[in-house]
Amino acid sequence: MLEVVRPGLATTVQDLGRPGYYHVGIPISGAMDRLAARTANLLVGNPEDAALLECPFMGPELRFEDARTVAVTGADIAPKVNGEPRPLWTSFRVEKGDTLSFDFLKKGARIYIAISGGIDVPVVLGSRSTYALGALGGFKGRKLEAGDLLPLGAGAGAAEGRSVPEHLRRMPEMPAKLRVMPGLYWHRLTEEAKQSFFEDTWKVAPEADRIGYRFRGGRPLTFVPREQPFGAGSDPSNIVDAAYPYGSIQVPGGTEPIALHRDAVSGGGYMMLGTVISADMDLIGQLQPHTPTRFVPCDMAEALRARAERRKLLDAIRAHLAA
Amino acid sequence: MARTESRYSFGGDEHLFVEIDEEMSLEAFFKSLSVCTAIKQANIRGVTEICPANASFQVKFDPDVIAPSDIEAEVKRIEAQAQASHRIATRILEVPAYFRDPWTTETLMRFRDRHQDPNATDIEFAARINHYPSVDAFLAAFTGSPWFVSMVGFVAGLPFLYQMVERKRQIQVPKYLRPRTDTPALTIGFGGCFGCIYSVRGAGGYQMFGITPMPIYDPQQKISYLQDFMCLFRPGDILVWKPIDREGYDSIKADVEAGRFVPKMAEVTFDLDAFEHDVDGTNRKLLEALHA
Repeated sequence: MLEVVRPGLATTVQDLGRPGYYHVGIPISGAMDRLAARTANLLVGNPEDAALLECPFMGPELRFEDARTVAVTGADIAPKVNGEPRPLWTSFRVEKGDTLSFDFLKKGARIYIAISGGIDVPVVLGSRSTYALGALGGFKGRKLEAGDLLPLGAGAGAAEGRSVPEHLRRMPEMPAKLRVMPGLYWHRLTEEAKQSFFEDTWKVAPEADRIGYRFRGGRPLTFVPREQPFGAGSDPSNIVDAAYPYGSIQVPGGTEPIALHRDAVSGGGYMMLGTVISADMDLIGQLQPHTPTRFVPCDMAEALRARAERRKLLDAIRAHLAA
Repeated sequence: MARTESRYSFGGDEHLFVEIDEEMSLEAFFKSLSVCTAIKQANIRGVTEICPANASFQVKFDPDVIAPSDIEAEVKRIEAQAQASHRIATRILEVPAYFRDPWTTETLMRFRDRHQDPNATDIEFAARINHYPSVDAFLAAFTGSPWFVSMVGFVAGLPFLYQMVERKRQIQVPKYLRPRTDTPALTIGFGGCFGCIYSVRGAGGYQMFGITPMPIYDPQQKISYLQDFMCLFRPGDILVWKPIDREGYDSIKADVEAGRFVPKMAEVTFDLDAFEHDVDGTNRKLLEALHA
């Protein structure tokens, strides 16, 4: 058992997700920064898809009832065991009765806390991930609260001191750059809007969570005039309700782009101008509110190259930790 | 139908998006549904999700397994072959509906500042702008014919509903000016030309007309009829409203809690050509099958 002394802001149990149910509105869920989550699991000797904790903007305080190996990856929020600092991206031991707590956030947005044996909550529809909007999976279908006791799986755990070097970690640049493939309802934008979307520097809005990230500060986007199709609704940004791809960027009213993430609403009636490429989705999970962000146009060939590079990086992490 | 050629577009490197038509129609919905069924049956390597929507659909694929150009070619081939199907085997379900209930009324009163008409309730507003002389006349039209579940989503298990009548009889209502931050679970909503049942409590922009005592989503899977799967509705289901009063609401709620409630349901075949030839006659036969 793992005791939650302080829960942090919105700590949830996540794994790599729950594919296969989007057609009934159940999103893929899982860690927003999958590379950080996989790495944390590998560091403690877990399978990459073991359940761990995702903590946005602030770390929790946890008390251990038995000895475990722990690793923290992702954002720069320094871990402490009984008040003593421990390194990030590095496995360390905790003993029975030890308390894990955290310093303040310095960089990035989400940490992943992997514990040897994994968080042993029930598997629901093939995953332990929490989908809070649907009260599904994770620990009682919700974010953690003080006093929660989380079951841990059996697992000896890897040795302490295993670490991933700096060049195998991935964090957003400043300003952040997200590559976007224009498409879907891109043709609804005026030429001016197509240019300004990519020219402007946007800022992450305070509404930035697992459902999606909202951006503001760019020029409003204008739409090609038309008579709205039957059933679409009266606003020029409306479409006949359609499926929203994971990573797609919708712009209600043309003002604030929203990039949908792991707990995406699966469909709705707002036009989408394109989709963040799969290789850059993890980066969104590390964006704090107010982070300046540029959208960079990208075609399919580049998206596939970026995807292959990301796979190579993961292979390098695996090889490094297997050695 | 306004368009004969579907529009293909990629949603990043993992999604193929196909718009059958810009505007909503039963024909576009039918085509979307039948192409999605055919894609599912084709068992294409690397396809991980198939999501039919109102007049479009989306296929999620793993580009490490199948090249984007190959999945596009494959879906286009399937679409060309699947076009002819105008018949589906599906289910018809009855949903008890308590209109003008105290809970959605209390909620809509809290959000009058976000509404087009702060001096009327949502249902009074909808009746007026659709030129019905009274709310009762509006409700008679609303419950007077069945609805297709044309999409399931937004949140877990939420059905989008499209009324099975000619376009000129279809109800249309704008969404709230600004979305509410709260909607009771199981609210019967309406926006654009679509009805819905909110499966969980949360934000929402559709007008609120009433509530059903019949759960449609249960992540715990304790509700007797949701033990096989946690979401009740599937795209292609046909829904019929059964108006109930407070007494009916309380009694069904008690039955649900006691595990005694079973939704009224029947297997039916729907034929789009027969429907377009005789809307009311086809709907009548569907109801007869439900009550048989």
